Amino acid sequence: MITYIIRRLFAAIVLLFVVSAVTFAIFFLMPKLVGASPETLATRYVGRAATADTVRETAERLGFYDPIYVQYWDWAKGIFVGADYSYGTGVEHCPAPCLGYSFRNNQPVFPDLMDRLPVTMSLAVGAAVLWLLGGVAVGTLSALRKGTIFDRAAMSISLAGVSLPIFFTGLLSLSIFSYGLGWTAVGGSYVPFLDNPGEWAYNLLLPWITLALLFSAQYARLTRAGMLETMNEDFIRTARAKGLTERTVVVRHGLRGALTPILTIFGLDVGLLLGGAILTESAFSLQGLGKYAIDGITNYDLPKVMGVTILAAFFVVLANLVVDLLYAVVDPRVRAK
Amino acid sequence: MSTKTETAAADRRLGEDLLVATDLQKHFPIRRGLLQRQVGAVQAVDGLTFSVKRGETLSLVGESGCGKTTTGRLLTRLIEPTGGKITLDGRDITHLSAGAMRPLRRDIQMIFQDPYGSLNPRHTVGAIIGAPFRLQKVKTEHGVKRAVQELLELVGLSPEHYNRYPHEFSGGQRQRIGIARTLALRPKVIVADEPVSALDVSIQAQVVNLMEDLQNEFDLTYVIIAHDLSVVRHVSDRVAVMYLGKIMELADRTSLYERPMHPYTVALLSAVPIPDTARRDNRERIRLSGDVPSPINPPSGCRFHTRCWKAQEVCKTTEPPLAELAPGHQAACHFPENTTKLTIDPTGSAA
Amino acid sequence: MTQQEDTLGGAATRPPADNGAFLQVRELRVHFPTDDGVVRSVDDLSFSVARGKTLGIVGESGSGKSVTSLSIMGLHKKGTAKITGEILLDGQNLVGMAPDRVRQLRGKRMAMIFQDPLSAMHPFYTVGSQIIEAYRIHNKVTKAVARKHAIDLLDRVGIPNPKSRVDDYPHQFSGGMRQRAMIAMALSCDPDLLIADEPTTALDVTVQAQILDLIRDLQAEFNSAVVIITHDLGVVAELADDIMVMYAGRAVEYSSAADIFNSPQHPYTWGLLGSMPRLDRERTERLQPIKGTPPSLINVPEGCPFNPRCAYAGTNGDLSFTVRPEFRDVGGGHHIACHLEAQDRQRIWETEIRPKL
Ligand SMILES: Nc1ncnc2c1ncn2[C@@H]1O[C@H](COP(=O)(O)OP(=O)(O)OP(=O)(O)O)[C@@H](O)[C@H]1O
Ligand SMILES: Nc1ncnc2c1ncn2[C@@H]1O[C@H](COP(=O)(O)OP(=O)(O)O)[C@@H](O)[C@H]1O
Ligand code: SF4
Ligand code: SF4
Ligand SMILES: [Mg+2]
Ligand SMILES: [Mg+2]
Repeated sequence: MITYIIRRLFAAIVLLFVVSAVTFAIFFLMPKLVGASPETLATRYVGRAATADTVRETAERLGFYDPIYVQYWDWAKGIFVGADYSYGTGVEHCPAPCLGYSFRNNQPVFPDLMDRLPVTMSLAVGAAVLWLLGGVAVGTLSALRKGTIFDRAAMSISLAGVSLPIFFTGLLSLSIFSYGLGWTAVGGSYVPFLDNPGEWAYNLLLPWITLALLFSAQYARLTRAGMLETMNEDFIRTARAKGLTERTVVVRHGLRGALTPILTIFGLDVGLLLGGAILTESAFSLQGLGKYAIDGITNYDLPKVMGVTILAAFFVVLANLVVDLLYAVVDPRVRAK
Repeated sequence: MSTKTETAAADRRLGEDLLVATDLQKHFPIRRGLLQRQVGAVQAVDGLTFSVKRGETLSLVGESGCGKTTTGRLLTRLIEPTGGKITLDGRDITHLSAGAMRPLRRDIQMIFQDPYGSLNPRHTVGAIIGAPFRLQKVKTEHGVKRAVQELLELVGLSPEHYNRYPHEFSGGQRQRIGIARTLALRPKVIVADEPVSALDVSIQAQVVNLMEDLQNEFDLTYVIIAHDLSVVRHVSDRVAVMYLGKIMELADRTSLYERPMHPYTVALLSAVPIPDTARRDNRERIRLSGDVPSPINPPSGCRFHTRCWKAQEVCKTTEPPLAELAPGHQAACHFPENTTKLTIDPTGSAA
Repeated sequence: MTQQEDTLGGAATRPPADNGAFLQVRELRVHFPTDDGVVRSVDDLSFSVARGKTLGIVGESGSGKSVTSLSIMGLHKKGTAKITGEILLDGQNLVGMAPDRVRQLRGKRMAMIFQDPLSAMHPFYTVGSQIIEAYRIHNKVTKAVARKHAIDLLDRVGIPNPKSRVDDYPHQFSGGMRQRAMIAMALSCDPDLLIADEPTTALDVTVQAQILDLIRDLQAEFNSAVVIITHDLGVVAELADDIMVMYAGRAVEYSSAADIFNSPQHPYTWGLLGSMPRLDRERTERLQPIKGTPPSLINVPEGCPFNPRCAYAGTNGDLSFTVRPEFRDVGGGHHIACHLEAQDRQRIWETEIRPKL
């Protein structure tokens, strides 16, 4: 088991390296491949009326003359030991988990990310709880009542939920839950949990519901399929043969078996969302990581993009690791391996 | 060589060794840890020596996991042996590459354990049985279709089944399809892995009889892998009893069933339920306790000593060799049953 | 040679109408409506088992053995099976009983062992916790008491080291040990009826012999009624007092085990015996298979369902093709469903069948 964890951790680190290298390559190499010179790149980060000297200076400062691997090395080194950035007149030190400076406003990226993380986290975790409960409940009921009107309705709605764009479900829930029922704020503002939990939830409820609708549809379908399969297993028949009540059979024996594979997907989905729910955040103008990434992309602010990417990759890899370990907790057969 | 002289020659040579395994081994590595180092091996087959004579049926029996299927796959060279030697008709095929093996595939064919899993559900029966012709680029007199239809009739199916799919057939019929496929190229040897175990008794008897008829008609040599000792007695000329990757006893059918020498064989035979209520109470029973040990760490000395009621100290330390204790009757035991010699030399020099 | 009146519930006949036996099944029919038509999995089946006795049910796959056992246990999926007839457990009819009352009987008064012990156990719970669960549904005891009971049971069914093995997961057990654990689970509430559906089919002969010994010993100890279902005549010969041979969802022959082996009367039973190579006889040159394959239970042949495969179908004109033979007592509680006359059966058995076995 210990070697298993170590091996997984090792694989996780390799994976992070690969992801960062590939992202780096895409953002730093691609322009070169299409023939953009360091100067052309640098012009984007200086004022419109800059002289050739300023451009060259900027290109120099941003390291555009160095070969790609040196640039990557400088960037990666920053994560572990911090980096010094010269700008204008002085030299600024950026402490250890340094993900570079924004090309645009010269702010270090990492603290910015940390500022936005709570927003994204609140969004992801709240929605995850909602969709997991909702999806599993609906999926289970559907499986147990296979072929009934409930099942068909639930599955049709969930098909819609999977396929409709988030702006549409967003609008829909906005009209139902805010304008119609008045349960939630119209959105847009974020109140930290510690400041006022009530306000926090009130403001986030709408994005939660929107996001959860999208995911719970998928989870309902997965749960239904898993339950249908598990409820046909021999061990369910054994459980019934013992004289267990149907409820115990379904919950303790059926769900326990059916949820294990869902756990995997759940972990990955949460991991992905922690890297920024781009569409939802834009739709509700939440200042989360997704929004930050969008800003980075639209402004060619590569360090921002790199920062979000690496953080997202970190969460996905972490989620993967947690899922694997959980798997071993849930399924004793995995432990033996 | 023309077909006629070949048959004549085959007759002449009936009874000589066709397929010979010498000290055959297959160890499946077990890899563990960070670097996936090999930490051990499943000793699935560990030193088998036997020969199959032209025209005979040799059966391999033993409990689940004793290496029967692995042996079958080694003989047909579907897997690479770890050690030892296999010769087919005098030719060393132990390490032949897949390419070099291809022409020999005509001579040695395998029928698989699972009549459901071994037929591709998306191919018609015609395509399945005709595949060997196409793969081996064999010319047939009236085209592949006619040849396939003749095969279908041969195994007791109707030529109209040509365009049907495997799922439309019952278990017994599927096994017939499997047999027809192996027969397509008129092999010399057929290795059949549990050809009837998945079938109901009445269907099982049909398939057993079919295999016997085909053997007589085409001078086939069979290696039959099975765990049902009653079926084995019915079909075999000689029987090899395996335990944990080794042969415990090898003898012709009559001696093995009437005078089993190895305690394991005795126990196996005594465990077979007899369909006769009169025998229920007065039958002498030998009950083995426990299960087969793991082939990863087989017991020292005689591999059977952990379950043998005759085991002595020497059994734990010294491995008994497979020795000929009576003409044509080999057993690997320090204290064999049914032999005039009460004990053999435990150091093994008797071999 | 007809005693038709006896089939209709006379007290003189032994098996099907054994009033007072612990389990009595009368005219059981289990039909499954499907898209292709109605599957008549069990069609007019009657038998009974007393406490302390063992009934063996033999038949090829698809003959309705498992469907019968699941009907008794009330384990068919809701709404799939149409069950008629009577299943009397200690006098109470289970057919039509409220599902929750049947549930309370399951595990407590009747218990079942399944064919494949690996898939029949939940992979995520320890063997011990699965036995404890079975015990605690019907007995209001603390976990500690139930755990002690589970350890005792594991010890009783021959699991070495039960104190530590109780915390193992099913995958850590060998096939034979899993089946032992299943038996321990089934016996946890000391049931009066134990149904074993192919309990040894997935096991090696040596382990099969151990399990059969165990079932025999436990029955002597618990004095329960046992139904053992198998396709292997050898297995029932080891255990059963009475044997019922099933074909296409019906009983074709039913008598004491000794009768079935010494003087079988039905052509299908003859066929089964002729198909089996036997260790206890001289090796025969050739097996005598039954021709053809079992019928689909959606289109069961007219008349006698065995007629397409029966060598004697023409003996009584076209009776076998038109009239379903009644399941009747032909003397001494020996029941068969066949149109052959007594002297014909006698002659065929003596001259054609027995010499070839
Ligand atoms: N590819 C493989 N890798 C590792 N171990 C293997 C592999 N194939 C087989 N084994 C192991 O080798 C041993 C012999 O297996 P084999 O399939 O030959 O048994 P068998 O005698 O045919 O059993 P059965 O009667 O169950 O078919 C078993 O312990 C099995 O688990
Ligand atoms: N739920 C079901 N729906 C339709 N047919 C079924 C169902 N369960 C069993 N059957 C059919 O009933 C017949 C008897 O099955 P079964 O009792 O399992 O046979 P066996 O004698 O091998 O145990 C088979 O033809 C099977 O296909
Ligand atoms: S050598 Fe010893 S342990 Fe092995 S079978 Fe013979 S008596 Fe038993
Ligand atoms: S009734 Fe006719 S077909 Fe049926 S078993 Fe008897 S003789 Fe054969
Ligand atoms: Mg095998
Ligand atoms: Mg069954």
